[in-house]
Amino acid sequence: MAQKGIREYEGKKILFDGLARSLPSFRGRAAKLALVRRDTDPKKLVKDHPWLLKEKLVAKPDQLFGKRGKHGLLSLNKDWQDTWKWISERMGKTVTVGKTAGELHTFLIEPFTPHSEDAEECYVAIKAFRDFDTIYLSGKGGIHVEENWDKVKETNVPILASIDEVELNLPDFGKRKAQIEEFVRALYKVYAEGHFTYLEINPFTFNGDDIVPLDLVARVDDTAAFECTKVWGDLEFPSSFGQKHTKEEMFIRSIDEKTGASLKLTILNPEGRVWNMVAGGGASVIYADTVCDLGFSRELANYGEYSGDPSEEDTYQYAKTVLDLMTRKKDARGKVLIIGGGIANFTDVAKTFKGIIKALTEYKKQLVDNKVKIYVRRGGPNYKEGLSNMRRLGETLGVPIEVYGPETHMTAVVSMALKPAPAKKQPAKAGGRK
Amino acid sequence: MKPELFTKDTTAIVYGYHVNAIQRMLDFDYACGRKVPSVAAIVNPGSEGYHKVFFGKGEVLLPMYGDFATAAAKHPKADVVVNFASFRSAFDSSMEALNHPNIRTVAVIAEGVPERRARQLAATARKLDKMVIGPATVGGIKAGCFKIANTAGTYDNIVESKLHRPGSVGFVSKSGGLSNECYNIIARNTDGLYEGIAIGGDAYPGSTLLDHILRYEAIPAVKMIVALGEIGGTEELRIVEALKAGKITKPLVIWVTGTCSTMFPAGVQFGHAGAKAGSALETAQAKNQALKEAGALVPDSFNDYGVLVNETYNKLVKKGVIKPAAEVEAPALPMDFAQALKEGKIRKATTFINTISNEKKEELEYLNIPISKVLSSNMGIGGVIGLLWFKRELPEYGRKFLETALMLTADHGPAVSGAHNAIVTARAGKDIISSLVSGLLTIGPRFGGAIDGAAQEFKRAYDAGLTPEQFIKDMKKKGIPVPGIGHRVKSVTNPDMRVTQLKGFCRKNFKKTTLLDYALEVEKLTTAKKGNLILNVDGCIGISFVDMLSSTGSFTAQEIDDIVKMGCLNALFVVGRSIGLFGHIFDQKRLKQPMYRTPYDEIAYMTDL
Repeated sequence: MAQKGIREYEGKKILFDGLARSLPSFRGRAAKLALVRRDTDPKKLVKDHPWLLKEKLVAKPDQLFGKRGKHGLLSLNKDWQDTWKWISERMGKTVTVGKTAGELHTFLIEPFTPHSEDAEECYVAIKAFRDFDTIYLSGKGGIHVEENWDKVKETNVPILASIDEVELNLPDFGKRKAQIEEFVRALYKVYAEGHFTYLEINPFTFNGDDIVPLDLVARVDDTAAFECTKVWGDLEFPSSFGQKHTKEEMFIRSIDEKTGASLKLTILNPEGRVWNMVAGGGASVIYADTVCDLGFSRELANYGEYSGDPSEEDTYQYAKTVLDLMTRKKDARGKVLIIGGGIANFTDVAKTFKGIIKALTEYKKQLVDNKVKIYVRRGGPNYKEGLSNMRRLGETLGVPIEVYGPETHMTAVVSMALKPAPAKKQPAKAGGRK
Repeated sequence: MKPELFTKDTTAIVYGYHVNAIQRMLDFDYACGRKVPSVAAIVNPGSEGYHKVFFGKGEVLLPMYGDFATAAAKHPKADVVVNFASFRSAFDSSMEALNHPNIRTVAVIAEGVPERRARQLAATARKLDKMVIGPATVGGIKAGCFKIANTAGTYDNIVESKLHRPGSVGFVSKSGGLSNECYNIIARNTDGLYEGIAIGGDAYPGSTLLDHILRYEAIPAVKMIVALGEIGGTEELRIVEALKAGKITKPLVIWVTGTCSTMFPAGVQFGHAGAKAGSALETAQAKNQALKEAGALVPDSFNDYGVLVNETYNKLVKKGVIKPAAEVEAPALPMDFAQALKEGKIRKATTFINTISNEKKEELEYLNIPISKVLSSNMGIGGVIGLLWFKRELPEYGRKFLETALMLTADHGPAVSGAHNAIVTARAGKDIISSLVSGLLTIGPRFGGAIDGAAQEFKRAYDAGLTPEQFIKDMKKKGIPVPGIGHRVKSVTNPDMRVTQLKGFCRKNFKKTTLLDYALEVEKLTTAKKGNLILNVDGCIGISFVDMLSSTGSFTAQEIDDIVKMGCLNALFVVGRSIGLFGHIFDQKRLKQPMYRTPYDEIAYMTDL
């Protein structure tokens, strides 16, 4: 549901195939890209990609992080034997890039293009803004682009314009000017058609008269998948480097993908004592904010939300997952579950609460064992029925449940849960006159 | 464009057949006292007609068209499109609406519209000087005037949040869910909302927070502006610039949510697509800080949001800028029948009673037996007839008897009236149901009725204590042949094997065969007169049926009487013979037989008779 980074391997494939339609020199280049994963069989790879045995090769990790040369994670100008050896030595190893540590598990191999670093490294990037896409071009690419940022020329392509009618602001490319201009225009078309939101080739260089993109960073808009089935092929969206999703996060993601409603779950600290089960993409952020405002950010166990009128079954699965996670490890101080939300527009509160109540009832024993206190705040269609069902559950569940409606400020339950003030019995009102 | 998007006369075309949202729009209209429904027409691709909907206490019809162009042409005054099209078709349908000269505002509800498409929509709207609200939004509401789709939820909530009459506050947020929460906060802390818009949680909404803030700035009736921003994007920084440039002079209370993100590991995607800080400038803290410095009224946390709204409002009242809007009583909306029933507020007499089956259970049930158990118990069609006709689980011999009866009655050749009629109808080119029914309609006293007749007459005679002689005499006196007695060719010396087998089965399995024994006594007397006056197969089925029911011991004499009188035996014949009739119908169709006409030489023309 947003912009997603893609592998250099797939980015180049989409790019080369797209460029080949107008630039003959890109024909067949998409075939000369090979991806190596943990379980890749070298014999089969060579059989599928006979060029691996014939050419000098480049190899590098393909896991959505850059500056690979700087981190010694670039194999240049080696034959197949040495390239495979180089990859094998690094496969499965944990490396630290910037502040992030992660395991290497995916590598890209492509043909090596000899070029001299000082002369011919150029830079192109395209980035989406609200009203236009900006094309960045520089004759000084590679590692020098940042220190030479003032030499980068920018062209804004209005979102409703065709690239053919926009005049490009070009740096001095000398005799390559016409060729690069043609390349950039073709590149923009692939970018637009493939619903890219960011595309950076740094650097691209030259092999004789051919333009050769070396390093590529790309992000696409994954909501455009339905328009791009042909252009993208079977495109994967890998997690960012070092990021691992738990089984439970993957499970909720799989439900989310199957329904028109929205279900999100991120585990922040599995041993945290404060668990949120909040309805609404906007409200869930405010609940998390409030937990942090009150100084409990370290105790906040998860971020998540359910919205868009999910079914009783989906809500049940969601609640069960959260309850299971929060009752795995006991904490002597007990735990807090906040079943929060604003006043829904059309989500049926009674129905979604039914799913939550079913899960709570199932986890009765674990909730008691973990000394969980539950705070509920919600409004919207059928909220009275939903809240009274929750209150009724409180009589039998064996753990305290406090239930509030729209008359109580949305996040007041957070303070009640985290900063119980025995002197002040009445919760903060939503305020004002009524 | 003019700052006001909606008036009390605004009407919309709703794209997509979303009946709940349409009803909620009209319920809001009723609350506001609108004379004309805010929905002029519905576009339901590929389908047209009318949609019936409540408008207050009564009902109205809303025209429904198969395409947008027709709807727009027929309803030139409608200048808003509420677009419920899915993420796949939202772009094309919204572009069509935007490009139509009648339309000024398009609200795009769909989530998951590609960013590039959303940007194209936004740019097109700007080029045409029109307004896009969304995508990925619940819409918006102008208090007392017009409501988009599901905004502000239920009627109770609308009245509770005083949205049926205008107040002095203009509100805008990204989140649709939170906008409703904020209408509540605004209602409790001010004289109410003037207008509220949720621009949607995507990265590139068609209109922005600033677009709406500037509209509110230009609308004299809006005295203060309340907004809710969100982590991610630089939209709030444009508000900062507008504040600095003096473009916003009305008090602006604003809070940017997502302050927790700095505590989170990088890469956490919040619920909204646009809610991800790409740089330090896009964090909630940075944006709140910048807004505060530029002169916006920024609370310390969301907890204090309502308090600050209240303080700001009170100051404006004190200054005389705001004259608090008068309270207006909203009319009570009649409760929906389903809702009232659910809450136990009303009761309703039913018009039907059903005691044999239930499809409302977890699984379909025949007489409280789940269909899976019906199948696994191998009760057969005889058992099913027992459950659904007699409400009993019949013993095996009873089920077998019924199935035997069905097999025996299934067909009797093409010449009998039922089959003849079915064949003629099938050959006239009629469908199978008509052909079947034309055959079935011949079943009665003369054709197929002997089973029922035999059971009725023999049972009546036996129950009345008539001797076989008295019974025959009685029938003769009435001038009707004894039903179930007599065969065209079969006789005592050339017995009907079907009857022999059936008799054997009954004797072997039934606990008693009282009526059959009685019938055979009658047969002795009739065959003495004429050899072919035997108990025929129809008679045997009807009479043994009564014995079968008595044998089970689970029916009272009265119940057996009722079953026979209800005509269950005719029903048995109808079910059995339908099999044969279908056979004849399919036979004719398979053979592609032409129209049947009775040959002239089959008819004696005696018109001068």
